[in-house]
Amino acid sequence: MTEAYIFDHVRSPRGRGKKDGALHEVTPVNLLSQMLRALTVRNDFDVSSIDDVVAGCVTAVGEQGGNVGRFAAYMADYGDGVPGMHVNRFCASALVAVNYACARVMAGQADMMVGCGVESMSRVTMGFDGGAWLFDPQVSNKVGFVLQGISADLIATKYGFSREDCDQYAILSQKRSKAAWDAGYFKNSIVNVKDQIGLTLLDHDQHMRPSATLEDLGKLKSAFTDYGEMGFDSVALQKYPETETMDHVHHAGNSSGIVDGAAAMLIGTKEMGEKYKLKARAKMTSFADVGIDPTIMLSGPAAAAKKALARAGLTKEDIDIWEVNEAFSSVVLRFCQEMELSTEEVNVNGGSIAMGHPLGATGAIILGTALDELERTGKRYALAALCVAGGMATATIIERV
Amino acid sequence: MTDIKFEIDNDGIALLTIDTPDRSMNIITESFMKELGEIITRVTEDKDIKGAVITSAKQGNFMAGADLNLILRLGALQKTGSMQDVFDAAFEINRLCRLLETCGKPWVSAINGLCLGGGLELSLACHYRVASDDPKLKMGLPEVQVGIIPGGGGTQRLPRLMGIQMSLPYLLQGKNMTAKQALSNNIIHEIVPSDELLHTAKSYILSGGKAVQPWDEKRFKIPGGQGVFDPNIVQTFIGAPAMTKKETKGNYPATIAILSAVYEGHQLPMDKAVRVESKYFVQQIIGDVAPNMIRTLFVNKGKADKGVRRPKDVAPMKAKKLGMLGAGLMGAGVAYVSAKAGIEVILLDREIEFAEKGKEYSEKLLAKAVKRKRMTQEKADGILALIKPTADYADLAGCDLIIEAVLEDVEVKADVTRKTEAVVGADCFYGSNTSTLPITTLAKASARDAQFIGIHFFSPVDKMPLVEIIMGKNTGDEALAKALDYTRQIRKTPIVVNDSRGFYTSRCFSTYVQEAMNMLSEGISPALIENSGVYGGMMVGPFAVGDEVSIELMYHVGQATMKGLGKDYIPQACDDVVQKMYVDLGRKGKKNAKGFYEYPEKGKKHLWSGIEEHYPLLKDQPSQEIVTKRLFYRQILEVIRCLEENVLLAPEDADIGAIFGWGFAPWTGGPLSHADTIGVKKFHDECAELSKLYGVHFTPPKMLAEKAAKNEKFYS
Repeated sequence: MTEAYIFDHVRSPRGRGKKDGALHEVTPVNLLSQMLRALTVRNDFDVSSIDDVVAGCVTAVGEQGGNVGRFAAYMADYGDGVPGMHVNRFCASALVAVNYACARVMAGQADMMVGCGVESMSRVTMGFDGGAWLFDPQVSNKVGFVLQGISADLIATKYGFSREDCDQYAILSQKRSKAAWDAGYFKNSIVNVKDQIGLTLLDHDQHMRPSATLEDLGKLKSAFTDYGEMGFDSVALQKYPETETMDHVHHAGNSSGIVDGAAAMLIGTKEMGEKYKLKARAKMTSFADVGIDPTIMLSGPAAAAKKALARAGLTKEDIDIWEVNEAFSSVVLRFCQEMELSTEEVNVNGGSIAMGHPLGATGAIILGTALDELERTGKRYALAALCVAGGMATATIIERV
Repeated sequence: MTDIKFEIDNDGIALLTIDTPDRSMNIITESFMKELGEIITRVTEDKDIKGAVITSAKQGNFMAGADLNLILRLGALQKTGSMQDVFDAAFEINRLCRLLETCGKPWVSAINGLCLGGGLELSLACHYRVASDDPKLKMGLPEVQVGIIPGGGGTQRLPRLMGIQMSLPYLLQGKNMTAKQALSNNIIHEIVPSDELLHTAKSYILSGGKAVQPWDEKRFKIPGGQGVFDPNIVQTFIGAPAMTKKETKGNYPATIAILSAVYEGHQLPMDKAVRVESKYFVQQIIGDVAPNMIRTLFVNKGKADKGVRRPKDVAPMKAKKLGMLGAGLMGAGVAYVSAKAGIEVILLDREIEFAEKGKEYSEKLLAKAVKRKRMTQEKADGILALIKPTADYADLAGCDLIIEAVLEDVEVKADVTRKTEAVVGADCFYGSNTSTLPITTLAKASARDAQFIGIHFFSPVDKMPLVEIIMGKNTGDEALAKALDYTRQIRKTPIVVNDSRGFYTSRCFSTYVQEAMNMLSEGISPALIENSGVYGGMMVGPFAVGDEVSIELMYHVGQATMKGLGKDYIPQACDDVVQKMYVDLGRKGKKNAKGFYEYPEKGKKHLWSGIEEHYPLLKDQPSQEIVTKRLFYRQILEVIRCLEENVLLAPEDADIGAIFGWGFAPWTGGPLSHADTIGVKKFHDECAELSKLYGVHFTPPKMLAEKAAKNEKFYS
């Protein structure tokens, strides 16, 4: 089998996903195209050698719809000859885009690929694309649909994470993100987003609240109590009858931030690297997707990680760097509990609680963060995983070369 | 024609007057549909007919909906015919309504009374709807309450008229609307005095009223939004299944079917929409839930209400003057419901203050009803005046019925019986409201035990619909007739059972709580046990209801039972749980705010976590399925034992008593319906397996074994 190598990865700073956010004026196609263009600027290769651009995007409607991959590539002057596509596995979309790009290379069906993703959450509202599992009564009833926050609270309730546990983890995320920025750990990957005349719109992650304290978070009202009372708690608890009542622990401060952002990775064969003198920074080791009960929904990353480890013939001891998307505090805490890891070992440079979670881009962002950390520490293996709406999860293992 | 009187007036207006023969209410039957079909053809084809008006010959009753037996027959069609046959038969009413509204001539519904289910659906198919200004007039689609969905276009036309979100409570809860509400909901066009009803209806036609429904016009839009791109609609359908699950625990499939009929149907043109509705309708009638619910909750309950167990040859024996002995919670409640039914009540207690306190109970309930405008002050005063508190047995003179609800003690009761019989006439009947003491034993104190019977009420009397009538060994037919006539007067549903320890309901109900405690003692999670009861559809979880009944009472009843049965008593693990909770730990239940639950002064009650110290949790907990089975099967087995021992006379009484007496899951149609649905053989075999693991209480009784061997059902 052909090996797939990651030559480069870039990501945008993340803008607050509201009308006052720094990236609100940037269209999603433009945002992604700036990352795609950066790959061609940073790496001297013939862009027409790219076989396909695979773009993750979750709410693919309106200006984010209609295959954002092809048109972001076109806007980045990849030319007529480079096709593009869009993939959606909810929050793992960009990781799946990277996995798929690698798979094409590994299967011998492509030499050079781009895996990327974008989400402009300030411009295209989350959930705006609808979906049968949300509102078709036949589907939502069978699935046991609940809001993600209810699932996160269910995980906390079932596995015993208190409000304080979750808040403490959130503070950790803020501190680590700040420390990583201050130390310049993201410097090599950040591509500032510019406006039409080349002025910088954003050069840092706008959502961060490094000064937040446990006391500040303690004042926030849990976000899903009312929704739970309305009926979603009943849906969740009826699947987990050993649980008497739901403990609503999540709020805006210990959940991932709503932001705008994009990321991209350049992937190809060893031969392509040699041809264009591109440094192979990491090798795709393995990847896996799993499905779990769609009601608890977000507790799948450990299962995905185990599956990816097994596929690679590795054990958890082989992994040096762990990245698990901080969709909600309880997701990471449960991952650590199930994998028997300490929170000290996971997300060492912070994550989505502090820096934000642009749904369709995060998968590529955290894999890139893991790659940077492998390089910084000189370690070998990294694993990145995300929980996925609808009861799924995706994990990817890479090896630094 | 038998169901519809058809005439054409001088103006060329056809008048359809519905009059279902031999029924107090108009209903949709096969013959009604056949006649309606013929009339629609006639109205459509006859050039001299300008339009048609539908009304009812019955005062205050337009139409109550479909004949429930017709629905049972439709569902049974699947056994003899193809699925297409079932669909065609079920679709007939939709076909007719659609034919009616597209025939090109105006149809008007002149709603002169109660207009429910199929009656409302037929009206909604008319181009114009006018209702009389009768304040008692109610309209609605109560189908969900019998486990089915509206099958005559109700899930399509109601949302199209009043908006999807607004219509859902009416469809999902089956709640009624008054004519005024119907008018503001856009369901009817006009309210007029009843003597102008037909004139107004005809005027619509004569003044050239439209013969096209709004949804058949090009630019039609559903008020409040439509389609899956409308944020309001999306919000509505995201929330509705969750809200429904909160209420139903997923045990009532009709609710989701209603949501789907609305969701899918509202996106379709009406011709396709009503077909989709009929498909979801068929799904329900060929399932188990709807037929079981219809049979027990409506057909058989209706028969019980009308006195199916009443001895036929005894003349009517209405109660006129009731002597209520004991003015405690039960006595006060019985006094209230009796006075409300117009019966004079002598409310007697040891001290006049106690008797007066008992009367205050009625006073409070009546004041509340007046305050909520459910009753006039005069009426309330009249009811209250019927209750005479006293401490003097002499006041009982002239009573034709006595109900006794004094302390549960044979001696005390015997004393009260003797004192009463010394005063009342020889033709007075005597009912004891005991819940535990055998009637035959109590009757020994009576000089006329043929007139002595058990009349067992449930608490709170004004809310609980069931009365368990217990025949003592020597109770006569007249006493039974008297008790049933009285039950009918106070509008309760009676079941008739024979004497036994705990009679029927208390005896079977107690197995529910016993098995919960057995499991608790094994280390099964209390929340899992409690939730398995609730999610299985029981009205209340076993521990919640155990706390309500009180662990103290369970202890005393248990002690009495052990004493009574002697060597025959079969111990269970739950005996120790009761001992530990009540005797060792002083946890009486809700009474002292300490039971299986904790009752904090602020906030909701929650299961007492301290229990785990005494019964440590198993590391591997059983599945919900097995816990539910243990809770349900114990009850069902005890019901079968009651049937076997002749405590119960018929499965109908068993199922009605279980649902209305101790809150057995209504969706099942009752324990014996549930056993039939599971399959008697399968149920028997599963019980045999359970008895190996969990003891003799699961051992199938002989009657079950025989039925299983012969492949017989409890309902033939």
